[in-house]
Amino acid sequence: AKTQASLVGRIDTLLRGSKAIDADLLEELEEILITADLGMKTTQDLVGALQQRLQRNELTDMETLRRALQDELTARLRLEAAPLDLSAAAPFVIMVVGVNGVGKTTTIGKLARQFKAQGKKVVLGAGDTFRAAAAEQLGIWGERSGVEVIRHKEGADPAAVAFDAAKAALARKADVLILDTAGRLHTKANLMEELKKVRRVLGREIPGAPHETLLVLDATTGQNALTQARLFNEAVEVTGIALTKLDGTAKGGIIVAIGNELALPVRYVGIGEGVEDLRPFDPEVFVAALFKKNDAHLDS
Amino acid sequence: MFDNLSDKLESVFRKLRGQGRLTEEDVGEALREVRLVLLEADVNFKVVKDFVAAVRERALGQDVLKSLTPAQQVIKIVRDELARLMGDGVDNHLDLTARPPVGIMLCGLQGSGKTTTCGKLALSLRRDKRNPLLVPADVYRPAAIEQLKTLGRQLGVTVYESLPGQDPVRICEDARRYAELNGFDTLIFDTAGRLHIDDELMGELDRIKASLKPREILFVADAMTGQDAVNVAQSFNERLDVTGIVLTKLDGDARGGAALSIRAVTGKPIKFVGLGEKLDALDVFHADRMAQRILGMGDVLTLIEKA
Ligand SMILES: Nc1nc2c(ncn2[C@@H]2O[C@H](COP(=O)(O)OP(=O)(O)OP(=O)(O)O)[C@@H](O)[C@H]2O)c(=O)[nH]1
Ligand SMILES: Nc1nc2c(ncn2[C@@H]2O[C@H](COP(=O)(O)OP(=O)(O)OP(=O)(O)O)[C@@H](O)[C@H]2O)c(=O)[nH]1
Ligand SMILES: [Mg+2]
Ligand SMILES: [Mg+2]
Repeated sequence: AKTQASLVGRIDTLLRGSKAIDADLLEELEEILITADLGMKTTQDLVGALQQRLQRNELTDMETLRRALQDELTARLRLEAAPLDLSAAAPFVIMVVGVNGVGKTTTIGKLARQFKAQGKKVVLGAGDTFRAAAAEQLGIWGERSGVEVIRHKEGADPAAVAFDAAKAALARKADVLILDTAGRLHTKANLMEELKKVRRVLGREIPGAPHETLLVLDATTGQNALTQARLFNEAVEVTGIALTKLDGTAKGGIIVAIGNELALPVRYVGIGEGVEDLRPFDPEVFVAALFKKNDAHLDS
Repeated sequence: MFDNLSDKLESVFRKLRGQGRLTEEDVGEALREVRLVLLEADVNFKVVKDFVAAVRERALGQDVLKSLTPAQQVIKIVRDELARLMGDGVDNHLDLTARPPVGIMLCGLQGSGKTTTCGKLALSLRRDKRNPLLVPADVYRPAAIEQLKTLGRQLGVTVYESLPGQDPVRICEDARRYAELNGFDTLIFDTAGRLHIDDELMGELDRIKASLKPREILFVADAMTGQDAVNVAQSFNERLDVTGIVLTKLDGDARGGAALSIRAVTGKPIKFVGLGEKLDALDVFHADRMAQRILGMGDVLTLIEKA
């Protein structure tokens, strides 16, 4: 059966078992953090921080330990991430990037709906001209929210789509333009160059664009997400992250490391395939969920 | 870019060499390095624990302590043990020995690469002189059917015409009848991505399996998957008793520790690896190469070059 104990519950159990905050307890904490995908470096960093507090006799009971951990984690998550201010530019241009299959197109479909519901005029650009039926997919999302989608034929130059989408957004006096891009691995230099070119085209047509470069990361991804964030950021200056697929059992803990190293704000979380399944990122909810235990199968 | 396990172990043992004979503790220190490397490669925490315990036993049972090159000796044990666990020597061929049309069903989480792999398999089967029919059984994801149709067009492989809104089980059954009537010898079922905890959708896969009795049920997993790979793979395997695994997106720089996790919890062979978005970017799985990759001992570059 699945056990769903909270952080408090787990630490409580640990404490009752060990009666003290000792090395064993810190080791168990290490396990919790690693299995949430925080990675060795961040985990050791956090456990180290707790150890120091322990030596300074700051951690006397479960409650102080819990709060200390919560503090250390949220500090690394850059809480001060402000929501997107669409009024900062007209049209406000969002370019969506990421590796293959993480949820870019779906997230755009969800965003279009939210902006539309806020009374904004939205235009979508089908900048993925490579993957089979990618434009059709975005087209269906556009229909769902009654939003126009600018698209070219399969195999067309994505920069040309970006150009047309920007022109269309200006002509229609749109409030928001969201540009989809083909999934690409951050290691493929030519595809990253292509992305830079798309970005330049947007900037040339609309001053300051893209105003947001949203990197989509899949919560199921392990340590590679850090490299993804680093390299996409180097190539196209990422300004925010959307973390998808948090409705599964993966915790997405790698964004703690990403927050720590790159200071990129997480703006949205995806929690399903439906049009409503996009939420603003809530660090507290996220941190609490990090410690939910549900790897029932390997419990010994 | 990758931590070099060899260098690390050399330095561990060099430090110790001056002190005469290596002790159990020395081996312990080396294994802590191994543990770190595996965790950084996304191998599941508990899988790492078991692995390190197994290596310790083997290392201590051998003459590694007296060896002049203990680091190399330990690395060899680690690598061999890893390759063994990855399925070195295990038969990982597609089994299509059944009365045609033979079914191959693909399943997995959202976005793992199922539809693309369907196309890759169709191409590979055609090269083996088989006559596959692609069956789009994903009625949920926007344009999923259109995606498979596009791949079919690119390959010149027939894609069964399913109607949106149809029941996926029904689509598969109708496609089998169509295959029987039209001389297709292999059916490739592309199912919708789903979460392993989505009971209703997992039940749909049960029903496809029960009705179509596919010879191969391939669990398609993204090589970049983290610690959760064990939960996902175990759930799919418990539910469907999969016959093999496909590891996609190995053309990147992910170390791919999920491969070990998935092997460890399912015991099923990894049959193919995906090395790119193009339809010919499918390769058979090599356990030894994967072991080296997880350990950060090269091969990543050759894999990248190939893509
Ligand atoms: N469970 C779940 N599935 C999601 C979520 N977001 C997207 N998906 C699914 O993930 C799969 C891939 O989503 P896409 O939007 O096509 O991903 P993409 O990044 O555009 O993919 P490419 O364009 O091929 O690189 C689809 O099956 C989506 O329905 C989420 O938050 N939760
Ligand atoms: N680089 C790379 N990309 C791949 C590989 N296999 C699949 N992809 C890409 O991954 C993305 C998702 O692939 P799909 O085949 O649509 O995945 P899926 O599992 O069918 O997705 P859903 O049906 O939404 O669950 C697409 O952009 C593919 O081109 C691979 O081996 N390497
Ligand atoms: Mg897409
Ligand atoms: Mg698919």
